[in-house]
Amino acid sequence: MEEGIPVIRIEPTRGWVALQLRELWAYREMLGFLIWRDIKVRYKQTALGAAWAIIQPISTMVIFSLFFGRLGKIPSDGIPYPIFAYTALVPWSFFAQGLTQASNSLVGSANLIKKVYFPRLAVPIAAVTSGLVDLALAFTVLLGMMLYFGIVPGVKVLWLAPLLLLTLTTSLGVSLWLSALNVHFRDVRHVIPFLTQFWLFATPIAYPSSLLSEPWRTLYSLNPMVGVVEGFRWALLGTETAPGPMIIVSSVAALAILVSGTFYFRRLEKTFADVI
Amino acid sequence: MSEIAIRVVEIGKEFRLGKREKYQTFRDTIAAFVGGPFQKVGKMLRGEASDPADPIETFWALKDVSFEVKRGDVIGVIGGNGAGKSTLLKILSRITEPTLGFAEIHGRVASLLEVGTGFHPELTGRENIYLNGAILGMKQKEIDRKFDEIVDFSEVEKFIDTPVKHYSSGMYLRLAFAVAAHLEPEILLVDEVLAVGDAGFQKKCLGKMGAVAKQGRTVLFVSHNMSAVTQLCGTVVQLEKGKVRRIGPSADVVNAYLASSLGTEIKSSWSSESSAKSNSEVRFTSARALSVDEQPLSGINFNETLLIEIVYEVMIPMRDLAVTFHLHDSMGNLVFESMDTDLPEWRGYVKEPGLYHAVAKVPPALLRPGRYHISLVSFIEGVRLFESIKGALAFDVLDVGYTLQPKRHGIVSPLLDWKVRRVKDRVTIG
Repeated sequence: MEEGIPVIRIEPTRGWVALQLRELWAYREMLGFLIWRDIKVRYKQTALGAAWAIIQPISTMVIFSLFFGRLGKIPSDGIPYPIFAYTALVPWSFFAQGLTQASNSLVGSANLIKKVYFPRLAVPIAAVTSGLVDLALAFTVLLGMMLYFGIVPGVKVLWLAPLLLLTLTTSLGVSLWLSALNVHFRDVRHVIPFLTQFWLFATPIAYPSSLLSEPWRTLYSLNPMVGVVEGFRWALLGTETAPGPMIIVSSVAALAILVSGTFYFRRLEKTFADVI
Repeated sequence: MSEIAIRVVEIGKEFRLGKREKYQTFRDTIAAFVGGPFQKVGKMLRGEASDPADPIETFWALKDVSFEVKRGDVIGVIGGNGAGKSTLLKILSRITEPTLGFAEIHGRVASLLEVGTGFHPELTGRENIYLNGAILGMKQKEIDRKFDEIVDFSEVEKFIDTPVKHYSSGMYLRLAFAVAAHLEPEILLVDEVLAVGDAGFQKKCLGKMGAVAKQGRTVLFVSHNMSAVTQLCGTVVQLEKGKVRRIGPSADVVNAYLASSLGTEIKSSWSSESSAKSNSEVRFTSARALSVDEQPLSGINFNETLLIEIVYEVMIPMRDLAVTFHLHDSMGNLVFESMDTDLPEWRGYVKEPGLYHAVAKVPPALLRPGRYHISLVSFIEGVRLFESIKGALAFDVLDVGYTLQPKRHGIVSPLLDWKVRRVKDRVTIG
């Protein structure tokens, strides 16, 4: 075989295929451009622009504070209810937005998929990661609120980095499943609003997970967003005990979703161009 | 050192046409309706698009296709619609997978199935150059280096920071092609990207393709444009119904292909049923393109006379009945129209019932090389339109005998009878 000349072999694949993450790495520049495009285009031709990244979680917080905090008298682990809810809404908005954007991303890039070869994983990955900008914006508001409520986080705040990774893992995992399914079954599009709403209430955003007793509380964190939300509150607001077991269970669940999602995606990938 | 750039071995591609109806009774239908979604969800989770036990209609878009392309060769792929050209290109571009067989590509490859893939209307020209370049496989450094050249080539430097949604379609295409033209792969797979834009733009694209080929790169070029294929390619593969029909030197294959498409494209005939719906007073029977010696053909050399033969039937006597053909080029431009009543002796003439045979002579050295379509219309001016058949006939004008420079503009390229002589020794001014 001659040296230095890459040889591509094109042949049918069957069943489960390798993840080819190395190839994705080779296409990292393109992935970077896709992320950059998604960020640039996100708020083009909107009057309020990037303010939307803040308006959504803030208005949800206001509604929650009124109905659940004030009227429903829902406990909030001794923390002022608005910041209790908002701290959870920051990662939640990233998750829900990522889900919505990513599940439609492949179908939205149909033209690209039918005309150019590249690892298709790049499309939903770009859709999810581009939401990090919104997350950062929403987070600055959170810092302002902490200042207002006089909450100073300790060294625990360093835990935010791995918690962010957990959020990304969860969001990406679910997005890979949904985006691949959406290519074959456009039903997914109709399921998304319903799914995010259901998931919102299945996650301790409007209420604390301390309402549940063990072992149910740990079991509850099989929903990876439970670990994320409780982790965020603990790291930033200093809720009393470290939610260690919950975060471990959530991490395992998130990883399982991501790995299975990636394999599922890779398995369906070869049919995208024919079906989309 | 292997000389092979592309090797295709017994490639086959099967497509599903969709499931046949399998419900038989109302009860089955209800059961399938109720149970179906659950079964489908199960299948979805297993990653199967459908149950292998289901009766599914499939067809082979490609079957047993094998050929090799040597490094530095420019190979053309031709064939009628549905022959499998695009599928082959999509497989080699790795957009879709083959069902059988395999292919090997030796070297850095880029495919161009469309210009402007991934262009985003909200982004500026500058941003789209980077985005599109990255999508086509260029590195950022490479784009940085070629940026000025790309902008130059596209001729849109004034608007480079304007969102492309404000571009005219011409500017958009030029920018898109400029990016694509600056790809530097060892192997280039090209679809009919040249089939867009005006004639001048097409020439520019063709010129660029020729330049790429001269640099010793391997090019696989899929096209309907026979004159472009003969101009650019050394070897041609002709596909027919998913199989390789011919392979060999371009002139031989193209000529054989044009000759063999006799009866399919060069002669069109219509049975009484097909046009019965239109009317019963006048009816087209057939249309053909012929050479001067009345041989049917689908391609004619630039410098030869072409005959258009139209046969039609008249049922009742009609005054001023005109049969017209419209000649369109591959861009859809109307080149001209001509009527069988154009000559003065046919003015006010009554056509008695019977079969009519009308032949028009198209002079040589008029139509520029390329593909043409003919539409037929029968009518009485200002009174009634009887029948209109779009795309009744198609033929190619080949560039054999075309002596004009290829960059010439205009819809037709007539070779005019120029008389040039020197009338004075020297021109002195003042």
